[in-house]
Amino acid sequence: MALGDVLVEVQGLAKHFGDGETRVDALRSVDLLVRAGEVIALLGPSGSGKTTLLNMIGCILDPSAGRVALDGDPVFDGKWLRNDLRRLRLDKIGFIFQAHNLLPFLTAEENVAVVLDLAGWPAEKGRARARELLDYLEVGHRAKVKPALLSGGEAQRVAIARALANRPRIILADEPTAALDSSRAQLVMDLLRKLAAEQEACIITVTHDEKIFDRFDRLIHLRDGHLVDA
Amino acid sequence: MNLALKDIRHGLFRFVLTCFGLGLLMTVVLAMIGIYNGLVSDALAVVKAPAADVWVVEAGTQGPFAEASSIPADTRNAVARMPGVAEAGAINYQNIEAPFQGRTLRLYVIGYERGRPGGPQTIVAGRGIGTSHFELVADRKTGLAPGDTIRLGRNHFTVVGLVEGAMNSGGDPAVFMALADAMDLQTELAPADQRVQVARGGGAVKSASVAAVIVRVTPGADVSLLTATLRQWKHLAALTQAEQETILLASVVDKARRQIGLFLGILLTVSAVVIALIIYTMTMEKLKQIATLKLIGAPDRTIVGLIVQQALILGASGWGIGLVLILLVKDVFPRRVVLEPFNVGVLAAIIFVVCLAASGLGVRAALKVDPATALGS
Ligand SMILES: Nc1ncnc2c1ncn2[C@@H]1O[C@H](COP(=O)(O)OP(=O)(O)OP(=O)(O)O)[C@@H](O)[C@H]1O
Ligand SMILES: [Mg+2]
Repeated sequence: MALGDVLVEVQGLAKHFGDGETRVDALRSVDLLVRAGEVIALLGPSGSGKTTLLNMIGCILDPSAGRVALDGDPVFDGKWLRNDLRRLRLDKIGFIFQAHNLLPFLTAEENVAVVLDLAGWPAEKGRARARELLDYLEVGHRAKVKPALLSGGEAQRVAIARALANRPRIILADEPTAALDSSRAQLVMDLLRKLAAEQEACIITVTHDEKIFDRFDRLIHLRDGHLVDA
Repeated sequence: MNLALKDIRHGLFRFVLTCFGLGLLMTVVLAMIGIYNGLVSDALAVVKAPAADVWVVEAGTQGPFAEASSIPADTRNAVARMPGVAEAGAINYQNIEAPFQGRTLRLYVIGYERGRPGGPQTIVAGRGIGTSHFELVADRKTGLAPGDTIRLGRNHFTVVGLVEGAMNSGGDPAVFMALADAMDLQTELAPADQRVQVARGGGAVKSASVAAVIVRVTPGADVSLLTATLRQWKHLAALTQAEQETILLASVVDKARRQIGLFLGILLTVSAVVIALIIYTMTMEKLKQIATLKLIGAPDRTIVGLIVQQALILGASGWGIGLVLILLVKDVFPRRVVLEPFNVGVLAAIIFVVCLAASGLGVRAALKVDPATALGS
């Protein structure tokens, strides 16, 4: 594949929590460029700032300094440049949670369709798309089941379907395979790779799981809030 | 996709239970409103029943419902002859207790003159009082039925008809009888020393007295002129119907009314707090789900809608269940429970406002929640 569009561009991004005595510098001046089609792993010891970086790219954590541009649009430059961050997330970003956080009162299919409902899709089309994704992820037969009755792997795949539903170009995942056995973990990673290629999306995944390292295009190491070259 | 309904259906049992609990609370509130109304309307029933324009009572008294009033029975003749008077009837009231089929009935005996104002209004079963002695028309709440006989004083009375809604301000059901029977009964039941007086031939005056004379005026007559004229008679006082009702409400039932009114206020406050607490807790339990919704991009509108709709559904069901329950049980109450559509409407409005205010609290918390909390495990 030719070099894709730049989907995530981060410059001098920093984040500290607290002030004075209690100040914690979670992230110190990070630069990062991710293009369409890339599947990237964020690695690093616990407390190195992986989640902090991911959440700032996902626009759910205010950076202390730096710049962020998503899909060509600047969204943060010392302050948020848009006031509809949720709409931005709905349209451009898909989150895959570690604790998969499906809504317990909706069926698997509805958990996927709710994103499309929010994006303004007609109900019928939304449901059809949800079904299609679930079938694709091989949990179509569980479409009418509520999350409490799904196995860990099934729930994780429903969560992935939800993250992909509105065809976001930036997919963020915080340890998506932590709840899965290694063969399932590799299947999920293969699937994400396939989706990235098909949808011209990029995938940034925090992981500790060495067994899947070979499934990534790039490994990015964080230590004490800095990017270190591997 | 209606998230509020889906969430309710997911935890249906618990939601229904909550609605039911709230419904029970609303039943109590409605019962209290009904009892309050019932108290007022029962208290007035006895004054309103004769459809009088003017009450002629003993001078210096507030009339038979506030204190003892005793005027000579022949006052009626004099009053009836006055200009502007269409009808006049002497009337007598007394409380008695009488054994009946192993129970003791508390009865409010109304003695009236047949064919004159003061008698029972609509007979719902049997017939009215006839010319013969010792006949009764009883309120249905006495438990008496046409054909029953009951011993009052020395005589056995036969129930010939039934009425509804006739009682005194204390809620004791009424029985109607001929004035002559009622006056005899009063003498028989008078304290022993008075009876001795009567036996000696001394105090016949007492037995010839009645409580009041009820006057209906001719159309266009000047009621104030009539009462002014009546007041010139030294031993008489005259009250218009409106004055009589005011006296009864102000002096007789006022305390009871205020008592219930205050209790109702407390009950409404407690209900408001309970509703607020339920809705707030409901929202708090969903904070993580709300964070998830925010994370996937749901606008505030969706989140506010979820909370407010559930609050309103809860309030409406509680109100509906309360209404159904009170309608089912209201006739079991020993005293009348009167619910006007207006009261029920006002309660609905209060619940609506409380639910909105309570969801305001929840909405504030929900809008503050950080979408990142959805990511924590
Ligand atoms: N809300 C917060 N308030 C204060 N400090 C925080 C907060 N969130 C993170 N930190 C701190 O910032 C640093 C980086 O945290 P972060 O969660 O990004 O680490 P991580 O690399 O994701 O670790 P792990 O692998 O354990 O998930 C840590 O020292 C953490 O204690
Ligand atoms: Mg982390």
